[in-house]
Amino acid sequence: MRFYEYEAKALFARHGTPLPKGQVARTAAEAQKIAAGIGGPVVLKSQVLTGGRMKAGGVKFADAPADAEAAAKAILALEIKGQKPRGVLVEQRAPVAQEYFAAVTWDGRRKLPVLIFSDMGGIDIEEVAEKHPAHVARAHLSTILPWSAYRAKEAIVAVGVTGDDLNRLIPIVSTLVEVFLRYDLTLAEINPLGKLADGRFLVLDGHVDLEGDARDKHAKLLEELGIGKEETREARPPTAFEIKGAQVDASDHRGVAGNVREFDGDLGLVIGAGGGSLTLFDAIRKHGGRPANYCEIGGNPSVRKACDLTKLILSKPGVKKIAVMMNVVSNTRVDIVARGVIKGCVESGRDPAETIAIFRIPGAWEDDGFTILRKYGVEYCDRTVSMDEAAGRAVAKMARA
Amino acid sequence: MPGMFIDVEVDAKTAGDTALAKKLTEVCPVNIFAQEKDGRLRIVGENLDECVLCDLCVQAAPAGTVRVVKLYER
Amino acid sequence: MSILINKDTTVIIQGITGREAVNLTREGLDYGTKIVGGVTPGRAGRDVYGVPVYDCVRDITAKQQVDGSIVTVPPRFTRDAVFEAIEAGVKLIVIVTERIPRGEVAQMVELARLRGARIIGPNCLGILSPDEAKMGGLGGPAVNVRRAFKKGPIGVMSRSGGMTTEIANTLSAAGLGQSTAVSIGGDAIIGSTYAELMPLFEADRETRAIVIYSEPGGRMEAELADWVRENKSRLPIVAFMAGRFMDEMPGMRFGHAGTIVEGKADTTVDKIERMKAAGIAVAERIEDIPALVKERLRGH
Repeated sequence: MRFYEYEAKALFARHGTPLPKGQVARTAAEAQKIAAGIGGPVVLKSQVLTGGRMKAGGVKFADAPADAEAAAKAILALEIKGQKPRGVLVEQRAPVAQEYFAAVTWDGRRKLPVLIFSDMGGIDIEEVAEKHPAHVARAHLSTILPWSAYRAKEAIVAVGVTGDDLNRLIPIVSTLVEVFLRYDLTLAEINPLGKLADGRFLVLDGHVDLEGDARDKHAKLLEELGIGKEETREARPPTAFEIKGAQVDASDHRGVAGNVREFDGDLGLVIGAGGGSLTLFDAIRKHGGRPANYCEIGGNPSVRKACDLTKLILSKPGVKKIAVMMNVVSNTRVDIVARGVIKGCVESGRDPAETIAIFRIPGAWEDDGFTILRKYGVEYCDRTVSMDEAAGRAVAKMARA
Repeated sequence: MPGMFIDVEVDAKTAGDTALAKKLTEVCPVNIFAQEKDGRLRIVGENLDECVLCDLCVQAAPAGTVRVVKLYER
Repeated sequence: MSILINKDTTVIIQGITGREAVNLTREGLDYGTKIVGGVTPGRAGRDVYGVPVYDCVRDITAKQQVDGSIVTVPPRFTRDAVFEAIEAGVKLIVIVTERIPRGEVAQMVELARLRGARIIGPNCLGILSPDEAKMGGLGGPAVNVRRAFKKGPIGVMSRSGGMTTEIANTLSAAGLGQSTAVSIGGDAIIGSTYAELMPLFEADRETRAIVIYSEPGGRMEAELADWVRENKSRLPIVAFMAGRFMDEMPGMRFGHAGTIVEGKADTTVDKIERMKAAGIAVAERIEDIPALVKERLRGH
């Protein structure tokens, strides 16, 4: 879960990390006031959850408060990669002598966090690592032994930093590691970490990603930072359809009928489970089908949940039929899902036999499930029909619909 | 009112037995049974289709007095 | 033969009185797994389908050898339960629980490494050696397991629990039984990756080929490709890659917690390329897997 820059900086500030004077503004007038309060040149930055702000025109400089107001107005009106800015961050602008890079992230292979430090900040770190390997230092961290600042020192020294710079950098980098570990972050990055002409260091830009599964654990922090429970902070904000899908899933603790994603096709999908949904979505697309949605059912959802999910999908304009498919199930029950989707069709005023293009869920309680499907005239198949073939049949039916 | 898929039939005498009604309310994992104010058994219509066919209610009552009917087999 | 578990493996279940755990207990016992005890603090003295319940793991290990533990407690208690099992000397731990922050998973993995224990999962359905034993919900009730899983020469590893059964079922229908199937878990960090399990299959004389199910996200497939190249594996590998549509949708999470495209190395295109370069066959459809396996078995 990504933080906006101003939220990342607010988190760093709580731990004493030095930041430029500044504040986030929601309106141009507010930006003007903040700039006047700072006095002198300022930088204004669009608050979006995507990179490439500078290129897109989302970062501007102003020498006077009036210029700041104009710049903020332009930034607030500018969409970057489909995202409207949350606000504009107005910060004091100071001459920077050199830029550094510090980040902590996960090394999936080693299954440990890794601290990365470089004296070549401000540019893509992968590129620096490739072209100037001597300027990038890495240190893996233990997750069970206590963290100690000497590890940060070693990493900083490794790229050739010494003297006063070293002593000023150690607490900043060490704190970054502590923040990463304390809040279950998946990324804590300062880039650039600027060294000013007078020798002080400031966090010029920061990135923070918090693990989705740790949100509850850090609910208090998120609330204090003003991050709402409903904010998914993904590549794009959820649609109304997706929000309703999440409500269906949350309505009942039994099983999962979730991760509903909206697409613009005509074939509704009631599919599962995690891996099965990925496999089936690929298969539908490969056969030329146009999915109206993605979802994941599993964990033996209640009849009501499967029914409500079906109703939601059928309520989407343009959905002609639904395909109900899963891998061979052992926990989720075939008969329960069959009851749910048929009920969903009937409660939507649709004929299950016409509406359900195909039902392919073999496994637990399949005999009862197939009896139900036969009674309502729904086309179904057992485990001798592959997931790919079932998807193909559903798509073929759409062509005739 | 029966569900779309499942109906539960209870003999009048069993339904009037408040101790048994309490027991049925406890054993059903999907809350198909409830008790009226006077303790008599009440069937919760909207939960009938959630029945998982566990048979716990059938086993809890005197033989033959509670019947779970699969309407889709009719 | 099998890897990790067999008929004689003694198993305990931590969190045994929970709703899902009760199911796991019955399924395991029905399939012939030696479940010798369970742990739920405060419930000592009870039993679940005849399996005695204790307060602590040590109450069981003090009495007898415990080879493995299935951990199925809520996410916020999982690390503690796993630490307890590791420190009591249990060497194989299957973590069923999902939604554990990866920082805590890493702690469990690090302690396991220190103590010479192995973790499977989290967010997995466990291990199944056909006609031997199963640890976890893989395959479901014994009657369903017998329908989908047959004994034989194929090792299966999968990032999806459900797809483990789908693949085993497809292999069985084609006359290819399994030595052991492992649902390795769907999280970004897991106890045992494909490459970390390969030496076990390599050492198992009955295993003659490997089938894996993979997804976008993470470096596990690249790690496997490297392992195959560096170790000149005797085992042919056939892979199935799901979630190809995700390549076009960076930053969106589908399927499991670890399934997200954040960079080029996360894409299915990149993974397929790396695996093919290492000599791993990649099936386009699940039903193509058996023929690819047979073809490669003939070549060996």
